[in-house]
Amino acid sequence: MVTTISSTGTDRYVGTAHSRVDGPAKVTGLAKYAGEFAAPDLAHGYVVSGGIAKGRITAIETAEAEAVPGVIKVFTHENRPRTAWLDYNYRDAVAPPGSPFRALYDDVIHYSGQPVALVVAEDFETARHAASLVKVAYAAEVPATDVDAQAEFAYDPPKKRAGIKPPPQPWGDATAAYEAAPVKLSNDYRLAVEHHNPMEPHASTVVWDGNGRITVYDKIQGVSNSQGYIAAVFGMKKDEVRVLNPYLGGGFGIGLRPQYQLFLAVMAARDLERSVRVTLTRDQMFTFGYRPDVRQRVSLGADAAGNLQSLRHDALSGTSRFEDYQEVVVNWSAILYDCDNVALSYKLAQIDTYTPADMRAPGAVTGVLALEIAMDKLAYATGQDPVALRLANYSERDRTEGKPFGSKALRACYAQGAERFGWERRNPKPRSMTEGRELVGWGMATGVWEALMQQSSAQATLTSDGKLVVGNSTGDIGTGTYTILTQIAAEVLGLPMEDVTTKLGDTDLAEAPVAGGSWTAASSGTAVMKACRKIAADVFAMARAMDDSPLANVDFDRVVFEGGRIAVAGDPSRSVSLVDAMTAGAVDKVEATESAGPDSGHAKEFAAYTHSAIFVEVKIDEDLGQVRVTRVVSAIAAGKIINPKTARSQILGGVVMGIGSALEEESMLDHTIGRFMNHNLGEYHVPVNADIQNLDVIFVEEEDKANPMGVKGLGEIGIVGTAAAIANAVFHATGKRIRDLPITVDKLID
Amino acid sequence: MNRFDYVRAGTVAEALQAVAGGGRFIAGGTNLVDLMKYNVERPGRLVDITRLPLDAIEEHEGGLRLGALVTNATAAYDARIVARYPVLANAILAGASGQLRNAATTGGNLNQRTRCYYFYDEATPCNKREPGSGCPAIGGVNRIHAIFGASDACIATHPSDMCVALAALDAVVRVAGPGGERSIPFADYHRLPGDTPHIDTTLAPDEIVLSVDLPEQDAASHYTYLKLRDRLSYAFALVSVAAVLDLDGDTIRAGRFALGGVAHKPWRNPQAEASLRGKPATAETFEAAAAIVVAEAEPQSGNAFKVELARRAIVRGLSQAAAGTPQSISDKRIA
Repeated sequence: MVTTISSTGTDRYVGTAHSRVDGPAKVTGLAKYAGEFAAPDLAHGYVVSGGIAKGRITAIETAEAEAVPGVIKVFTHENRPRTAWLDYNYRDAVAPPGSPFRALYDDVIHYSGQPVALVVAEDFETARHAASLVKVAYAAEVPATDVDAQAEFAYDPPKKRAGIKPPPQPWGDATAAYEAAPVKLSNDYRLAVEHHNPMEPHASTVVWDGNGRITVYDKIQGVSNSQGYIAAVFGMKKDEVRVLNPYLGGGFGIGLRPQYQLFLAVMAARDLERSVRVTLTRDQMFTFGYRPDVRQRVSLGADAAGNLQSLRHDALSGTSRFEDYQEVVVNWSAILYDCDNVALSYKLAQIDTYTPADMRAPGAVTGVLALEIAMDKLAYATGQDPVALRLANYSERDRTEGKPFGSKALRACYAQGAERFGWERRNPKPRSMTEGRELVGWGMATGVWEALMQQSSAQATLTSDGKLVVGNSTGDIGTGTYTILTQIAAEVLGLPMEDVTTKLGDTDLAEAPVAGGSWTAASSGTAVMKACRKIAADVFAMARAMDDSPLANVDFDRVVFEGGRIAVAGDPSRSVSLVDAMTAGAVDKVEATESAGPDSGHAKEFAAYTHSAIFVEVKIDEDLGQVRVTRVVSAIAAGKIINPKTARSQILGGVVMGIGSALEEESMLDHTIGRFMNHNLGEYHVPVNADIQNLDVIFVEEEDKANPMGVKGLGEIGIVGTAAAIANAVFHATGKRIRDLPITVDKLID
Repeated sequence: MNRFDYVRAGTVAEALQAVAGGGRFIAGGTNLVDLMKYNVERPGRLVDITRLPLDAIEEHEGGLRLGALVTNATAAYDARIVARYPVLANAILAGASGQLRNAATTGGNLNQRTRCYYFYDEATPCNKREPGSGCPAIGGVNRIHAIFGASDACIATHPSDMCVALAALDAVVRVAGPGGERSIPFADYHRLPGDTPHIDTTLAPDEIVLSVDLPEQDAASHYTYLKLRDRLSYAFALVSVAAVLDLDGDTIRAGRFALGGVAHKPWRNPQAEASLRGKPATAETFEAAAAIVVAEAEPQSGNAFKVELARRAIVRGLSQAAAGTPQSISDKRIA
């Protein structure tokens, strides 16, 4: 078959810019989200959130709430229905090791904001009002929420989280090499706790179908995870639980794990044998996962020219008391730079909060921030240009696993990004560039993320009207998955994109994992491509078997699929339409379900990563501590780009989030009461339009063989390194090296 | 949100009658409805005053009279205000968002409540919300809190931008109550918390704001509204400065300035303003005035930076005003 998707260049649909196929539904309001689906006789649950961080509930008074007309039932730990009792049943597909939180399980308070009751009423307003009448008395204990104060209890997580590579064993002798190095730098770094704050709050609508069956609309980045969780926790068969989530109003990782509103909604629906919806408030969005508080130290030893001789990167991450959350924080240092003496460590300390959660480029945002500020310091310490310093220490292989990169166009990213930005006009001296009253700063940094692929299946159905439907259960979390899968399917079968429909987010579809880790394009994309190829082969067989077939005696690898027809390559006069072939074959549809997974042979030999080079301009009013990010150029090497338009949007979103991370986002804990205090979007600042100026994205295409399409994924790479580039630009502008982010006014005028 | 009665008043007299005995007035509702959802405010009765005839901007004794129901958007784009009191227009536009300014009113802006995290969070004590329960912001998360005029009971700030300009303009608040009308100088309208932080203003619970009167003055030649915050738009001020100068060549005849984000009310310092009088409009003069203001600062555990930021903001704001280069609202570069 000649119709393949090449791992470089542009095909008919793949590799060209297309607007989102789901765009019209989203902008006209036709797209429905988990908390918007209706059901007959729907009851509404409102969560009562606890007010202390540690202790026990001594009394919970619900009579007043129950007396409110319209209240159906108030659930607490005292009257909750029985659910599974083994931790195993609560551990969802991406859970870290530990004992997952169970809502309303007993009287123990694990963290501030913990759900302590669910009020179910005939309407939302009644439930909310009645919830305010539930009185909870506590025996409070003193919480510990400051990671620094818990550092003495730091430990190596005894059980490793699946899919998270622990730091490699050290190599060389980092301590001795550091001592011997002519240039030494050792500093601490911190990035504030961040909450994901997707626009759509978490919500679950559980439709009671009767006979113990339920249909669930859940805010989740992959419905199979919710389905498995519900089945295990409530002792249901998977075929009794259908979970859908066609659209997601932002996930950023907080939609990877089923959250407590799902548990509560299913519990109530089963108990009441009635449909129930639970939607969390914005404030309650601060009562579960967050980007963890990580304390880091990066120690670099180098020769006078900046060549690394010793690299140490140590991280201490906060986690909850009940789960050992883990992410990859320190490994990136030894993946990005080539050094013969390396020691990396990653430890945990427990605090009285909920378990942290993966948040866009989890671990890399944090670790690369520290590394890339440290590299900027090294550039200044050795008088090297920051780009030249990185090239001098450029790594041709992933030394943490001892493998060469399957592809790595980072050099081209540096070169193209620098050229677009005008980096050669930079005067490296801090405070040397000004414009009017403002100091101008130019900084750069590197980004890296792993190019992953997960086992995924996908289905495709071609009907005799020439229409194709493809899909699987993964979610389009706003990244453009609907669009790229439509492009891939149209490409393989040579159909106009209008004749292809992609369905996602439904457990009745072929099983696929959660959408996260930037793996969906590679995983679902390959599975869809395989399913469509299977259909192509089946229809081709029908075409060749036709009486007087123009394709008689032609092999499958000699035909092309184009314009709804199968034609001999190079001879369009010999062709058969798909519809005619199916008519001749006496079928009204052709179906295929195929599965695709990572190429373990290739993965054994090669490392797969995306890379980026970020160049940033800031303008700063030094007196008043006001920073404006006036220009960002992100040069991205992420394999094959399926859709330059949605791809660019992915990077823009990552950069905006990086600007927030660098300058604004911070969840502020009151350690006395153990509670995040700025739990709303008025006081938790994310960038607004005024904060965003010129963002420029360059894709440096790479040919990579890790998967058939050469796709590496784009969801995370746009954010990684952005905050470091901004911090480095702030240093260039002001001479102030700020290592505790976000860089807020108070730190700048200090 | 608790159950409440709702009545709509057609006249000021009806409104006053309806609010007696524990009701609350509602107009734009941009703050009150939020507070009701958070259970911070639990009025038994809402008195809708949006139909009262208080939505005009009128000439008044050489100045302007803004009816209590004039929306923030109407005020900010009113040609007379833009021409004669541009510091007020700029202050309004520096706050909130287009949608909020379309709904929010002049009277409501005066009576909006603090954005202190603890005040909004029913799970924590707060003397302003529940008198006597305590103030965890003291020693807690208090980056955004007061550096002037706070008490052991409360360190909250008033969140308004508009009121900072009104303070600098020496506006007068005209109110009506069961005993008739009275006028309150703007400086006396908002209170310091003292040991009764649950009382924000000197407006009695049974009184209503009728208008805000802007006295006749030359406020259009040398003015600025400079707002410093944690992002470039849509955030409350860490520190803001509204300044109006009356210059005779390079000499200051008189100057008034107020600070936002630093106290339980728009913060003015009469000695600092007096120090400007007769002085050359130079950085040294402004530094000296700023020094008088910040000498009284008493920062909290997490907001010492505000003292220095306020000092610099005063100097910059007065410099902008003197130079006739007021801070642009749309261009985020600070002049």
